[in-house]
Amino acid sequence: MNVVEKNLHVPSNSETPIESTRLRQGKLVSSVITLAHGGGGKAMRDLIDDVFINAFSNSSLNTLEDQARFQLSDLAQYGDRLAMTTDSYVIDPIFFPGGDIGKLAICGTVNDLAVGGAKPLYLTCAMIIEEGMQVSTLRQIVQSMADTAKAAGVFIVTGDTKVVERGSCDKIFINTAGIGVINQGYQLGVHKAQAHDRILVNGYLGDHGAAILNARGDMHLSSPIESDCAPLHELIEVLLKAAPNTRFIRDATRGGIASVLNEIAEASRCGIEIRETDTPIRNEVKGFCEILGLDPLYLANEGKLVAVVPADETAAALTAMRTHPLGRDAADVGYVLEDGRAGRVHMQTSFGGKRIVDMLVGEQLPRIC
Amino acid sequence: MKYVDEFRDPEMAKVLLKEITKISDTLAKNLKRPVYIMEVCGGHTHSIFRYGIENMLPDSLELIHGPGCPVCVLPMGRVDDCVAIAEQENVIMTTFGDAMRVPGSKRSLLQAKALGADVRMVYSPLDALTIAKKNPDKEVVFFGLGFETTMPSTALTVLKAEADGIKNFSLFCNHITIIPTIKAVLDSPDLQLDGFLGPGHVSMVIGNQPYNFIAEHYHRPVVVAGFEPLDILQSLWMVLAQLNLGEARIENQYKRVVPERGNKMALTAISRVFELRQFFEWRGLGSIDNSGVQLNAQYAAYDAEKKFVTPSVVIADPKSCQCGEVLKGAIKPWQCKVYGKACTPETPLGALMVSSEGACAAYFQYGGARIENMQAKQSQKIIPIQPVIEEASL
Repeated sequence: MNVVEKNLHVPSNSETPIESTRLRQGKLVSSVITLAHGGGGKAMRDLIDDVFINAFSNSSLNTLEDQARFQLSDLAQYGDRLAMTTDSYVIDPIFFPGGDIGKLAICGTVNDLAVGGAKPLYLTCAMIIEEGMQVSTLRQIVQSMADTAKAAGVFIVTGDTKVVERGSCDKIFINTAGIGVINQGYQLGVHKAQAHDRILVNGYLGDHGAAILNARGDMHLSSPIESDCAPLHELIEVLLKAAPNTRFIRDATRGGIASVLNEIAEASRCGIEIRETDTPIRNEVKGFCEILGLDPLYLANEGKLVAVVPADETAAALTAMRTHPLGRDAADVGYVLEDGRAGRVHMQTSFGGKRIVDMLVGEQLPRIC
Repeated sequence: MKYVDEFRDPEMAKVLLKEITKISDTLAKNLKRPVYIMEVCGGHTHSIFRYGIENMLPDSLELIHGPGCPVCVLPMGRVDDCVAIAEQENVIMTTFGDAMRVPGSKRSLLQAKALGADVRMVYSPLDALTIAKKNPDKEVVFFGLGFETTMPSTALTVLKAEADGIKNFSLFCNHITIIPTIKAVLDSPDLQLDGFLGPGHVSMVIGNQPYNFIAEHYHRPVVVAGFEPLDILQSLWMVLAQLNLGEARIENQYKRVVPERGNKMALTAISRVFELRQFFEWRGLGSIDNSGVQLNAQYAAYDAEKKFVTPSVVIADPKSCQCGEVLKGAIKPWQCKVYGKACTPETPLGALMVSSEGACAAYFQYGGARIENMQAKQSQKIIPIQPVIEEASL
């Protein structure tokens, strides 16, 4: 009863219905979240039943045990190692072009598992909600999480809800932890980059960072830039099949591609060179950065990965990635130098010059003039 | 990107670089040292590093990164005053993004914010006025800084506050003017400069004529330059061409933006609300007479220095700092004793490590390869340098 179905991709009608395990199903009457909804009593039960269970419904969650339980044999069919990760999502605004905090909370954790070569399976969901949030807003976020999880083929199997006083958090904070299983064949590592390896990305960089900055509205710019927020596990599967000796993959979230490249150069004790002309950045994002004096290489992405691939598998990797919708604009942006200084990332500028791409110190702040 | 890519064409850069190298090599041969050209403006410094221009130039030409980064040259005492105002009850402090990071003797505005002060980043001083309208029970202060580039928008904001009858807005004014600053650089005894790239955005406001004295009295060519990489290369070529002919004139490369006589409306707004300060202290350069501005008597009601009590203590730059010598081109950033050791972008001691427009921060972030090359070259050739440490004090 307490296990998740052996076949994770069972249709929802075979999941244990709430009615079969519970005497009554709570119904939320309030239209606003109050401290009572985190108080452990009936109000909280109503919230969990009506909002969370309703949307996430699966046999593990529906039993409302304090923990999700897994059959080890179920997990073992996917590989020989467990992968586990956690991430907290705080974002302003919580709804933005191309996504919302709920979609982000699923994609981010799915991606953190997938870039290690793991098949993402189960997620947790812990929410800290500021009192006063409209229930309809919460439902919208939760529905977005449910839809994204369904599309990504993962289950939300356990969770937690806290409500805090107004001002103690900014609307809503979400934490999701995830478990996945890594296929025997994959041995990815940040220290594995070698001379002549190629640096690949799966598409346009900086969309998420620019979309969020723009969505805050301070600049009063009208712009079509949308967040690239997307689960990358399918694309990674395609990539790893085509290039099984891929050394390393990481999603280029906060700090952008620049930070990931620096992490690789440092851990692998190598130098890396990228080419500005080959680095895909949308004109809209470039223009946005021009106005604010920001560098798109440091802007956050939520659906972009950096892969280090051996030179002889690069063509196959690129061709394969480009067959997937999330890899259509995949590009070879640079390579690991043979005699580069360890830990250093360079960029050949489109103008013909050369500059260092260093780790960001602090936050990127718009320039005065 | 249209209207941008045209100014970043690598093929045209090659043509210009060939010409630059030809003239520069000849000049350097006669001078028996490299040609030194100073870009006054921090915006140019930023572009030069961002596009890797320094690495493209011949050895016979060296760029000296000038004092035109308003964030960098702000002395610690002024930041302390700003933090002191921000930390008062009922105050909302507003300013531009990179001004929030400038270190005071105790903390920066960013740190004050973390400790509870209400500090907000704005993109325009008018945003500060909007905040003042929305918070009538609070005092909203705009921490205004910058050369003539940002002065008009501050002036217009003060005029708008007056027109709208907004009383809870004031200005902590740290605006500075460019001409006395260039003059101070030119009067420096340890200076070796053959020509200047003039600041494009400042000139958009003040025009080209205020630079005439540089050609007439100091016999140095000035080319007012744009900020795209081809603008910079073309301007360098124009300075070299003048030097080659033994001329010293003021030329305008940035004609698409800079009118000969400046922007009359902007200048009118500036002169309506501001007056020169007799003394204003600069980080790294010491006090420069008549280089700062303040609100005049008519607009004193909007002057945060009159509205709030501030410590107004002058804090000397750390003794180990050699910002002044770097600003004047007497030493290269990486020749400073504390560069990259005690002084990094994370823990800046000196002004030039603060903003991405500061020469030291730009070298630190973008320029490592060039430094390695130059250090290697430096050990072979001797540039006459007379380091002079000027302690900043009033």
